[in-house]
Amino acid sequence: MRRQLLFINRHSPYGESVARDALDAVMTAAAYDQHISLLFLDDGVFQLLVGQAPGSIAQKSLGASLPALPLYEVEDIYVHLGSLQARGLSPEDLILESVTLLDDAAVQALRARQDHILSF
Amino acid sequence: MSTLHTVNKSPFNHATLSQCARLCHDQDAIVLLEDGVYGALTSSPCATDLASLLARGVALFALECDLRARGLEARLLPGIQVTDERGFVRLSLEHKTLQSWY
Repeated sequence: MRRQLLFINRHSPYGESVARDALDAVMTAAAYDQHISLLFLDDGVFQLLVGQAPGSIAQKSLGASLPALPLYEVEDIYVHLGSLQARGLSPEDLILESVTLLDDAAVQALRARQDHILSF
Repeated sequence: MSTLHTVNKSPFNHATLSQCARLCHDQDAIVLLEDGVYGALTSSPCATDLASLLARGVALFALECDLRARGLEARLLPGIQVTDERGFVRLSLEHKTLQSWY
């Protein structure tokens, strides 16, 4: 049965492993032909910032992996506008071009459409 | 379609509870657990946020074992409901989805 899964990413990319774990989980779920949406919220929007070069801290770039998501048929990618604005960022600062910006009410509506939420 | 939110961070050290409150829908509920129960104190930095959530119909719960462990039971904001593990499980069944804020 094809279910609506929403992955919510609320953590910045390199301070802890949770952002990497989320990406692994997304790709795993995609292999099982589920309908997947990703929401970047709060510090999670930093995962999308252009110019990441984490070789300086001996980590692999998370941002570099994100453009591969459409290859896994993960195309519904959402960003909370208020989280971007609170961090002084605009859509032009993001690695991905085809994201949908959501206000608070739109986040609630997105959540209401889901069968499951996975919180990262 | 309602969501049950869980918050496990103290609002004195983290913005987690206010971030949750901002995106909470009127029919949702929040369970404060682990260090999240500090958010239920009368001195909570989120007291105003929580009062407006209650006014909108959002149900607020704090987990009894975590309150007791921290000595907080007599210091709660009005409107906070105390629940146990059994109640927590029941709440998780009453809502369609669960979002964990950590």
